[in-house]
Amino acid sequence: MERVLTRNIANDPKPVNLMAYEANEGYQGLKKAIAELSPLDCESIVKDSKLRGRGGAGFPTGMKWSFVPKGEACSPGHKYLVCNADEMEPGTFKDRLLMEFDPHQLIEGMILSAYTLGADIAYIFIRGEYVVSIQRLRDAIVECYEKNYLGKNILGSGFSLEMYVHPSAGRYICGEETALINALEGKRANPRAKPPFPQVSGLWGRPTIVNNVETLCNITHIIHRGADWFQTLGRGEDSGTKLFGVSGKVNNPGCWELPMGTPVREIIEDCAGGMQPGLELKGFLPGGGSTDFLTSDHLDLAMDYNVIGAAGSRMGTGTMIILDDQTCPVGMVLNLIRFFAQESCGFCTPCRDGLPWTRQVLEDIYNGRGRKEDLETLAYQVKYIGGIGNTHCALAPGAMEPLQSALKYFYSDFEKLIEGSGSHKLNGARG
Amino acid sequence: MPKVLVDGQSIEVNEGENLLEACLNAGLNLPYFCWHPAMGSVGSCRQCAVVQYQSEEDTTGRIVMGCMTQVKDGARFSLDTENATQFREAIIESLMLNHPHDCPVCSEGGECHLQDMTVMVGHRDRRYTGKKNTHRNQYLGPLIHHEMNRCITCYRCERFYKDYAGGKDFGAQASRDRVFFGRQKDGILESEFSGNLVEVCPTGVFTDKPFLAKFSRKWDLQSAPSICFGCAVGCNTAPGERYGQLKRIHNRYNYDINGYFICDRGRFGAGYVNNAERIDFAGLREEEGSFSAIRQDNALSTAARWLNNKRVVGIGSPRASLEPNFLLKHWLGPTNFSSGLSDSEASAIEKLTKILSSTTANVPSVRQMESADAILILGEDVSNTAPRIALALRQAVRNESFSMAEAAGIPKWQDAAVRNLGQDELSPLVVVTSSESRLDDVASHIYCLNPDEIADFGFSLAEKLNGGEIEDEMVCTAADILLQANRPLVVSGISGSHPDILSSAAMVADTLSMSNKDTMLSLCVPESNSMGAALLRDQNTLSLTEVIEQLDKIDTLVILENDLSRRLGKSALQKLADSKVDIISLDVLENDTLNLSTMVLPAASFAESEGTLINFEGRAQRYFPVFEPANERLPSWQWLVKLASLGSDEKLSGLDCFDDVVSLLASSAEKWSEIDKVAPGQAFRDRGQKLPSQTHRYSGRTAMNASVSVHEPPQPKDNETALAYSMEGLNRDQPSTLSPFVWSPGWNSNHSVQKFQSKVDGPHKNPTPNVMLISSDREGFSTAVKSHKSNGAKKDKWTLIPIACIHGSEELSSHTKEISELAGNAFVALTEAGANALNVSDGDGLLVIDDIDERSLEVRIVDRMADGCVGFSVGFEETLQLIPGHSVQLTKDANWVRSKPLLIATDGASEASFGENLYG
Repeated sequence: MERVLTRNIANDPKPVNLMAYEANEGYQGLKKAIAELSPLDCESIVKDSKLRGRGGAGFPTGMKWSFVPKGEACSPGHKYLVCNADEMEPGTFKDRLLMEFDPHQLIEGMILSAYTLGADIAYIFIRGEYVVSIQRLRDAIVECYEKNYLGKNILGSGFSLEMYVHPSAGRYICGEETALINALEGKRANPRAKPPFPQVSGLWGRPTIVNNVETLCNITHIIHRGADWFQTLGRGEDSGTKLFGVSGKVNNPGCWELPMGTPVREIIEDCAGGMQPGLELKGFLPGGGSTDFLTSDHLDLAMDYNVIGAAGSRMGTGTMIILDDQTCPVGMVLNLIRFFAQESCGFCTPCRDGLPWTRQVLEDIYNGRGRKEDLETLAYQVKYIGGIGNTHCALAPGAMEPLQSALKYFYSDFEKLIEGSGSHKLNGARG
Repeated sequence: MPKVLVDGQSIEVNEGENLLEACLNAGLNLPYFCWHPAMGSVGSCRQCAVVQYQSEEDTTGRIVMGCMTQVKDGARFSLDTENATQFREAIIESLMLNHPHDCPVCSEGGECHLQDMTVMVGHRDRRYTGKKNTHRNQYLGPLIHHEMNRCITCYRCERFYKDYAGGKDFGAQASRDRVFFGRQKDGILESEFSGNLVEVCPTGVFTDKPFLAKFSRKWDLQSAPSICFGCAVGCNTAPGERYGQLKRIHNRYNYDINGYFICDRGRFGAGYVNNAERIDFAGLREEEGSFSAIRQDNALSTAARWLNNKRVVGIGSPRASLEPNFLLKHWLGPTNFSSGLSDSEASAIEKLTKILSSTTANVPSVRQMESADAILILGEDVSNTAPRIALALRQAVRNESFSMAEAAGIPKWQDAAVRNLGQDELSPLVVVTSSESRLDDVASHIYCLNPDEIADFGFSLAEKLNGGEIEDEMVCTAADILLQANRPLVVSGISGSHPDILSSAAMVADTLSMSNKDTMLSLCVPESNSMGAALLRDQNTLSLTEVIEQLDKIDTLVILENDLSRRLGKSALQKLADSKVDIISLDVLENDTLNLSTMVLPAASFAESEGTLINFEGRAQRYFPVFEPANERLPSWQWLVKLASLGSDEKLSGLDCFDDVVSLLASSAEKWSEIDKVAPGQAFRDRGQKLPSQTHRYSGRTAMNASVSVHEPPQPKDNETALAYSMEGLNRDQPSTLSPFVWSPGWNSNHSVQKFQSKVDGPHKNPTPNVMLISSDREGFSTAVKSHKSNGAKKDKWTLIPIACIHGSEELSSHTKEISELAGNAFVALTEAGANALNVSDGDGLLVIDDIDERSLEVRIVDRMADGCVGFSVGFEETLQLIPGHSVQLTKDANWVRSKPLLIATDGASEASFGENLYG
């Protein structure tokens, strides 16, 4: 299989500087675009590639871009491209790899995207703890300015772009694109109501595209090598490759680039080396902390957005968290709910006050104080907090996904804890 | 009109509004918290959830927020489906997790929107068994009490304080279920609109601190429709009384003027009504200068000696209502009447009324000002002289973002979206003043000029607008801005104390209106009835100076609610003190003029009397008594009727009640002919009954005075108005001028105001027609253009610039404890550079020396001040004799003792006090 996104990243990786990056076809896509392609051409290539956003929602990137007003439809002023590098989804560690070891791949993707969209200012909104990534991106940006890949009149094309790295002050919610925009503006990181969408009124009220690191890295190759090539990469219905990760009690947790549509079993058993000795797989979250549990019945599903969606969960970030048979699912859910309750921005009621309420019920159950009616309360909360549209953004509905699926697949574990016959041998949460 | 289907019922909706508004308009009870009619929607509380169906076939639908959903013709919703009701219950249950349920000891109880909504939703049983979050409260100054534990995090306080009113020192902090609304650290809230937090907060987080000290439940308050006496804007208020005390003042919705918000002077400035210094009985001056209390009949018979067959001159007042002013003039005749305005005020307001009655521009209401898309402020610090107007201008500059939103298809009520789209794009506001103003932060252009230059600026601008050749860059910029606007507004006033500024503002507006008929001109006057007093003047009435000049030909002076020490110079006051004239003064509080008087008569305050005030636009408004005057206090008009009846003069005979006075005024001259239509008279009956000024739950009526006397006293009767001190009668659909409080079944809080509106944020259901006393003949104001350019600054001399202060400049409110605390010391204002030149810094003392006197005043540093100018706080005792525009010398006062900063009490050890204890 051809490695695309990680082609410059060896098993014992070293950061790639501009010279090394260029030596391996780096910035060829940019030169090609400037020489041969109009922004509209680029947009149709991205559309044709059927690239779907790699941040978690899987929204078709070309379609997202098509909502940005262009040409005369756009009022005069700036347009912004923002790279969402605030990787904070529990269990997710893919973007860090791309930024730390091949920063130019992201930067080239951003320059191409900005060229396509007509954006003249680009920000990389990056998780503050990623200090190495921040430094390497900044160094790479300096290299780009020196080579006129960034700045005024890039390579004589007439197209100009300024790029900045903005380390986030923290909070999971900054990964939500409108909260990210607010944070970038120096405001409280509360999500914004949609509509209006950022494509129309985003950063500083101007048209703005926010894309995930991995999405933007893909753009580099799609423009360089074409939509048809990109579609051939996938094994299933989705095109391209994807970074998949596995964490939990497997023999070899890690992150791999694999074709879209790779079956779950291959990822867990071949790449991650299967479960640790003596443990059975009880369930897994396919795409980070805010996706629904799947079980061993789903191991042969292809990691494609629609396939995983049809099974009742989401592909999310494609980084799985494994639940083994020795870990209490209630404890694991409690751990996640604690995280989400803590990370609520506090703007809307179901999330701000509903999640702590859920946390309290789970704590009671987990600590042996549970009552029969608590299970009804949990079901009530799943319905109340979990409905899309019930809350201001997707944080709380996401938080409900592991809970609602745990109630579906592991109901007896809840019941046993309430009846006092259960035990949580290996704690998934601090008690 | 478009229609939507709500639970099978077809309701008519207004184009573009949201579903919550539509439901409230239809009389449906849909609970909400974060939405506010003036502040729009953000969708944070999720309380107004309904289910929307995509089509007739769609039976499940999906939950949407009423406040965030624009109505479209044919849309289908349900409020009552189980999905929706269960969701709304869950929201209340969540909001209540941390709420302390301390209703019995909470001052919001009984008028709490959270209580109302909880009952409306039907939430009763708690399932949450965890601990409640608690917060540390802050000291926020003398006006606002903070009780964060009650917070339900609706974000309204922050949205009002920061977004709507432009405050900078308050907001949301922390996140998740620990969001905290307050200041960065303890301290007095800076915004002059902080009091609105009391009404904006849906529960008891922000409450009225002075009210807490003398608390009564809303249902126990006796209220009346009233008008604020704080300035000339004429905001409508609803004061509440119990046990003979004025307890608090709430906003009373008026569509044209104040809407939902009033300033802190208006809300908190009436505490003087309860002061111990109130005059209770008539007083007669003894030989040695003290006063002895005498009974009313003795006072009148004594007064008769000074009134019969004597030359009696009456001095009216701009802070007394129209009726006693009129009676004084009518009784004594125009040649024996002075309006009580100082000469400079009188001539300025005379010019102002001339402008208003001739301008070709439109004179806007406060609400109409909000529609302006370009504003020029000439020489008036509206934030301090007419705060409610400043708040309206702050909304007007948002019109740029509203038009951007319209172009982007975002409805105006989508508050956060409009702000995110508009960002810092504001409609142009050109501020031309001599010193800093509270609107500087939203001004597109600030020109800091001295008053002469401001007048010249205005004249040049008018010339430029007329096609003249003006090269001045500032003038050209302002001209471009005004010419490009669709609805330009020129704001000026007389507080700058430069008569030519008014003329220049009028010329700008008139010139502009030649090419734009939607041009607006608004002019501010200082006191609650400045306009009324000015309108009573005619060519025969006396100026105050003429009264002083004629003192030896006058036997007796009757002074109506006027402290002349605020209006006369030192020598004139000395003349008055030295004269043999007998002075009968009617007033509410002790003041320096009473000390010069022979007899003092106790006047009822605004809360104990009725009357008419004329606001800055010439609008007549009536206020009503909240309670009966105690002791021997009487409304001034009654004193005057009694005084007039002492002699053979029958001019005021036959005036048995207030309505008779109003009728007499209405028939006295053509311009007053509509004055009896300001509000329904005392004969008005609503469905056969008077209107109750007590709620139907008013408690303890028969027992509340049992500690004084076991005999049950009869209820006092209000014979003068259509209101009754009673619980009986309906408070529903009455004329807008006769709404003492808002209440509706299930809506105990001030949110019940929507039940009195024709539609959400619309005019009153039953509006009393406006009575405007000034209408323009549209001939245009003509004036001679003066140039002041030759007046260069004099060496070592500073020109005095009056600085109006929301707290401290107004006479009566500054007698309220909390207001005087906020007012602080009288001051002189300098820029950093000016202070450096004089070798002083903030808080130092500066000797201000004019031809007559010198006085030492505290230095306050301001951001900007016109060159060669020094500001002084208006209306403070120490600065009364300073004359705007005069030159003074300034030198450092070496003997000045700096005042210590106020110790701020907190419920935690403050760093400051810790440091003091540790290091002595």
